[in-house]
Amino acid sequence: MSVPQLLRHPWTVFLGRRTLRLLLSLGFVLTASFAMIRLVPGDPVRAALGVDAAPDLVAARRHALGLDTPFLSQYWHYLGGLLHGDLGTSLVTGTPVAEMIRTRLPATLEIAGLAFAATLVVALPGGLLAAVRTRDGRRPRTELAFTAVTAGMAGVPDFVLAAGLTALLAVGLQLLPVAGAAGVGSFVLPVLALSLAPTAVLLRIVRVEALKVLNEDYLRTARSKRLSPARRYLRHAAPNTATAALTVAGGLLPALIAGTVLVEKVFAWPGIGSAMAQSAVAQDFPVVQAMVLVLGTTVLLAGLLVDVLLAVLDPRSAIREM
Amino acid sequence: MCLPSGFRRSPIAWATAFMLASLVALAVAGPMVWGAAADRPDPSVVLRGPSAAHPFGTDGLGRDLLARVLTATRPSLLLALAAVLLGAGSGIIVGSCTAVLGRRGRRLTAGMINLLLAFPALLVAMFLAVVFGAGTAGAVLALAAAGVPGFARLAQTLAAGVAGTDHLAAARVLGLRRHRLLWRHVLPNIAEPLLLSATTAAGTTLVALSGLSFLGLGVQPPGYDWGLLLSQGLDRIYAEPLPALAPGLAVLYAALAFQLLGEALAGSVARRGPAPRAPAPTPPPSGPAEDGLVLQVEDLTVELPTPGGTIQPVRGVSLSLRPGEAVGLVGESGSGKTLTALALADLLPHGARVSRRTLRLLGADLAALTPKERDRHLATGLSMIFQNPASALNPSLRIGTQLTEAVRAHRGTSRAQATAEAADALRRVALSPALLRSRPYQLSGGQRQRVMIAAGLMTRPGLIIADEPTTALDVTVQRQITRLLTDIRRDTSAALLFISHDIALVGEFCERVLVMYAGTIVEAVPADRLADGARHPYTRALVASVPDLAADRGRPLPTIGGGPPDPLVPAPGCPFEPRCPRRQDHCAEQAPPWQDFDATHRVACWHPEPVTAVLKTVARS
Repeated sequence: MSVPQLLRHPWTVFLGRRTLRLLLSLGFVLTASFAMIRLVPGDPVRAALGVDAAPDLVAARRHALGLDTPFLSQYWHYLGGLLHGDLGTSLVTGTPVAEMIRTRLPATLEIAGLAFAATLVVALPGGLLAAVRTRDGRRPRTELAFTAVTAGMAGVPDFVLAAGLTALLAVGLQLLPVAGAAGVGSFVLPVLALSLAPTAVLLRIVRVEALKVLNEDYLRTARSKRLSPARRYLRHAAPNTATAALTVAGGLLPALIAGTVLVEKVFAWPGIGSAMAQSAVAQDFPVVQAMVLVLGTTVLLAGLLVDVLLAVLDPRSAIREM
Repeated sequence: MCLPSGFRRSPIAWATAFMLASLVALAVAGPMVWGAAADRPDPSVVLRGPSAAHPFGTDGLGRDLLARVLTATRPSLLLALAAVLLGAGSGIIVGSCTAVLGRRGRRLTAGMINLLLAFPALLVAMFLAVVFGAGTAGAVLALAAAGVPGFARLAQTLAAGVAGTDHLAAARVLGLRRHRLLWRHVLPNIAEPLLLSATTAAGTTLVALSGLSFLGLGVQPPGYDWGLLLSQGLDRIYAEPLPALAPGLAVLYAALAFQLLGEALAGSVARRGPAPRAPAPTPPPSGPAEDGLVLQVEDLTVELPTPGGTIQPVRGVSLSLRPGEAVGLVGESGSGKTLTALALADLLPHGARVSRRTLRLLGADLAALTPKERDRHLATGLSMIFQNPASALNPSLRIGTQLTEAVRAHRGTSRAQATAEAADALRRVALSPALLRSRPYQLSGGQRQRVMIAAGLMTRPGLIIADEPTTALDVTVQRQITRLLTDIRRDTSAALLFISHDIALVGEFCERVLVMYAGTIVEAVPADRLADGARHPYTRALVASVPDLAADRGRPLPTIGGGPPDPLVPAPGCPFEPRCPRRQDHCAEQAPPWQDFDATHRVACWHPEPVTAVLKTVARS
């Protein structure tokens, strides 16, 4: 393929546009996280160190944070620091923020990733099964029960569920660890708390999409060939449901990532979210700033991943994107 | 807002109403009844577990936790409502303004909204809560601001729909100012869905606000809401689960109430119409077999449940096909010809009931077979070719898979053997075997219908039912497909039941034609007699409405006045009677009996056209 051909190739155009959008959003996150500490009313350093901190200590910290230089040069300095992996140091503990991210990010990605995987593993087959059982108005009671149960599940707030699960399974029955990340058992409750509501939402969407697919002409063709139900549903219906289901699932991912902040606090999970929750209350702005940046970037990269995955699965979605 | 029908009968709707009413009652009365107890410290019962005096225990200052949870209903609800109103209001203004903005302004706002929507509202709210400073006002403002992009997007989408309507265009032409356009024409038209979405948002905002308080970014002590109580209870969850559980359950209760309200308003939990009936019991054995028939059907009737009642779109249809014979089934849309075909192939939609006196395929009585035997017999003995090849092929499977799966399932053919047979089948329909690796979207419409035919040939069926196989194709391709079907019939001696609304096409390449009207066959006529020997007035009218090159283009084409009868109101007489030029009084009272003119020509009519009149009619056209 020649270079101009390569440039016009749908995949090049799609990836080009998608990357441009990502860069724009990333720039927005960068600017927002930078601006955060400067937007706070009053003096953030004094707020963090307390009202009776010595004036020269405050001045020294202000200088260390570069808050006494002009705005634009501060921004420049911030971006330069990021490029070198320097995200400042915690006002409270003095730990380098980059170090905190290195140790904490994997823990957050693990529960978010597992929760997302659990959502897909339960909702894709579950929604298809529900559609098969209730198609064409079959089993109206099952349908009512499905709607009611998923509506209820979708309404359960993740951190409330987390507290309830802790009380019931960890403290009450002592089946699982109460808090912290130690061993496989400690993953169960956070992942369950994070994935219940998205699973319910996705179950419903998959069912609706699968009902549409089950009414398609090509499923009648499959029936006319007298194929087994398993082959009709898994081979003929399921692949055509996947694209729509994944689009919705991708949309659920950002909220799931944001939910880690609350759920991590309940389980004292050593991740980005609990660090953000702690530092936000302590007004440890360099840490909050960095955690906002990390979570925001994670959301954006997850979105990119889902879009590329969708484009691979269904090339038409790449064209719709434009 | 109009409640969906059935809403009042739904138990879920009642539960929702009860939950909301109890929340409102608690928010109003809670602080008055329990406010004093909630704030009264008692040093003698600090951090106690549940007891008779304090069912949920006490907090660090000895205050009663039950009273505190109940009293916290008001701040929890009010703050959430304030945040929703503020956020929804601003969002709707931003979003609906775009409907009256210019193109550039519209694109700019849409771009900003999209940028912000990439981030979860909760994350934005946490960020803003930090910026605004931890506290009640900061949290409410942060949540309101975090909700703005979502409402702006919704309002924008809805307003764009309104902006495209004629009356807004007319208002623009009249020179109305922008804010008047907005208030008078845009907002009233999008109010209902926005209200619905604000209801749902109230629930999520309440949860998010509790979350912020739970993190320590919302309500600050000495104030309290459910989120803060939960956070305080969590610190001692090892010792006492209830102080954390109780406020958690309160949040859950409120969240569910709003969730269910949204559901109920959206109508998804409202009761639906009557459930379809169970399928009919196994039909009795078929009547005596006639030798040498591929298909023998007697007295086929189909019942379908519809919202208006049960209808009989196919009534007493009988037909038979011999090997190698092509029979056309003609009628206008809604005459029941497709349902007849689906009933023969056992493909009727769920809820349909079929009854028949006889149904034999290739000599075997379908009623006498076990379900498994019937599946195999139908799969290998009969092939269906559907109207729209674009939708009848599965878009995500390769052509090869779609060709080979039936023989692999029912004949146990190996993959290699089936692929070789599929290549032959593609050659048979003049396509390249290379297409086996392609997917349907890579093929043209004509190619797809050839693939469908090839798939039908794979099982070497005795009967091919083609339901309007050429209607979705353009005229030149139509010819190729009908010629292909004729060749196949000659070479394989399969019988062909060709369903079409096009009597000219059917007359051209079928040997016999069955004319269907309002669910019954009204005439069976040899194709060569169609043009000048048809005896039923309806057949005659169909033939007359076909244009040909000799037709006088200055005159309008003859059409049949009136429409087919309402299937919900079956009449006792001839269904064509209201439109019939030859009707007499008794036609409306009694269904016409069959009249046989010879072995191949029958008609169901009280007053068939005389043969002499035919010549006149033809001469006129």
